[in-house]
Amino acid sequence: MSEGHSTYTPKTGIERWFDARMPLPRMVYDSFIAYPVPRNLNYAWTFGGILAIMLVSQILTGIVLAMHYTADTTLAFDSVEKIMRDVNSGWLLRYLHSNGASFFFVAVYIHIFRGLYYGSYKAPRELLWILGCIIYLLMMATGFMGYVLPWGQMSFWGATVITGFFSAIPLVGNWIQELLLGGFAVDNPTLNRFFALHYLLPFMIAGVVVLHVWALHVVGQSNPTGIEVKSKTDTVAFTPYATIKDAFGMIVFLFVFAYFVFYLPNYLGHPDNYTIADPLKTPAHIVPEWYFLPFYAILRAITFNIGPINSKLGGVLCMFGAIVMLFLVPWLDTSKVRSAVYRPWYKLFFWLFVADAVLLGWLGSQPAEGSYVFMAQMATLFYFVFFLVALPVLGLIETPRRLPNSITEAVLEKNKGGGHHPAGATAAPETKG
Amino acid sequence: MSATDTQDPNRRDFLYIATGMAAVVGAGAVAWPFIDQMRPDASTLALASVEVDVASLTPGMSLIVKWRGKPVVVRNRTEQEMKDGEAVNLAELKDPIARNANLPADAPATDANRTTPGKEAWMVMVQVCTHLGCIPLGQEGEFGGWFCPCHGSVYDTAGRIRQGPAPENMAVPVFKFISDTKILIG
Repeated sequence: MSEGHSTYTPKTGIERWFDARMPLPRMVYDSFIAYPVPRNLNYAWTFGGILAIMLVSQILTGIVLAMHYTADTTLAFDSVEKIMRDVNSGWLLRYLHSNGASFFFVAVYIHIFRGLYYGSYKAPRELLWILGCIIYLLMMATGFMGYVLPWGQMSFWGATVITGFFSAIPLVGNWIQELLLGGFAVDNPTLNRFFALHYLLPFMIAGVVVLHVWALHVVGQSNPTGIEVKSKTDTVAFTPYATIKDAFGMIVFLFVFAYFVFYLPNYLGHPDNYTIADPLKTPAHIVPEWYFLPFYAILRAITFNIGPINSKLGGVLCMFGAIVMLFLVPWLDTSKVRSAVYRPWYKLFFWLFVADAVLLGWLGSQPAEGSYVFMAQMATLFYFVFFLVALPVLGLIETPRRLPNSITEAVLEKNKGGGHHPAGATAAPETKG
Repeated sequence: MSATDTQDPNRRDFLYIATGMAAVVGAGAVAWPFIDQMRPDASTLALASVEVDVASLTPGMSLIVKWRGKPVVVRNRTEQEMKDGEAVNLAELKDPIARNANLPADAPATDANRTTPGKEAWMVMVQVCTHLGCIPLGQEGEFGGWFCPCHGSVYDTAGRIRQGPAPENMAVPVFKFISDTKILIG
């Protein structure tokens, strides 16, 4: 939808002065005011904007927390408690930051599932999707390192387990692990470098976000029908339509966020992290932050050797493989139809996949014993079947439903209440799900 | 010979390649200190050995010392634990190698090879699960040895992996008895 020409006309003298020297007002006008968006975007499309404000919120609260935090193993835990008790409004800033991380992930998971449901990753949006996957990876690294900083028991043992992944790599694994830790175990050098990187990575995320938005503005937004914009009637101007819808989405999202910050600030955390790190005592039950649980369940599900690959390397490979799947999605999906709205079988598998991801998350929070292990193995199997079997095969064998000719037609059909269609058949295709 | 007279490979090709190579080597030389600084520093490496007094350990008792930031267990095993350890058929072991830093790298994981000659009752071992580095709990699990609560690895009375995701037996560090009641680890 990059139409190649700008409709901006500077009105005042200062605008003309800027426009001739550095056309920033023109860029803002073209990107956030006149920019055409599909007229049928639903609330699932507001999460991009929500993610942007969460990133800004995390950077702001993070910078002020860093002013009170001390990255030293003997002082870190106490400095966090000092933030909670002594620093003015420190409790609020820390709860905003720690719950903000969780809500950042809530938003990113909805954003990713939105993309999977509506086929937003399909040509020409592959690069847009991959940039998003890179942001997600950077978010995971940032979230993990941030969780280490309070230097509680879960901080320490989470760091031990996750850096332990690298020791599974044949030959160079131990060298890489020592390189990451700066020692033979998680200790002061580890804490210091994690703090430095935790401060750096959000700015790298911001950089990739710029690329992500750039790529988005070249190819234009996808939409619930998955049909490309064909004419001017298919779109509306970003302002006021998308701006207001995004703003409303943000307000609702921030209400839920605020509820957690003020009423359930530790609900998403773990009580063991209020115990100072002890290198000689592993907590009875190590769990990572909730947003890593599905991958943690996959890691633990591989309890058997696969040929020359031992169970430890196998678990690590499956866990990273689970993330690699996301990068490959644009090429794994063979369907010519983008949106699940018109793909009955894909829609079924999509919801099974959502259920599977939630199940894996729950299993990741349970101890690795008894029937949980078997369930995790089955759920892991389905996770990979969805990407490696369902996505390629469904595109070849599935008969999609009739697609409307344009976004406008889909919207008008919906507004007629599906009059001439059998009840429920295509009544509201663009808002389902 | 004019400047446009090119014979392949000519002098300019050579200069391009030589310049490119110099740039690559230079970039590597600049990058290395940035990677090198991440490795364990001198003060970390200095904590290489520790002496332990084990006079107070009667059979069935253990103590844990910190060595290189990791817990090392010293256990005076009971008769039963030694018997259980010796009774194991090596073919049943997931990791048939002793993982004893005092022995050749390919020594089989017999009960005796997991200890030191003449002091077979004593297990000295880095009590860190070989899966992802948790600390297993002592005298727990099906084999009466160690059990890792993180991902369910079970070790026997000689610290050999028997069940679960861990790939290797727990490591026996370099150690020796410097007297009947003193052990030097590292």
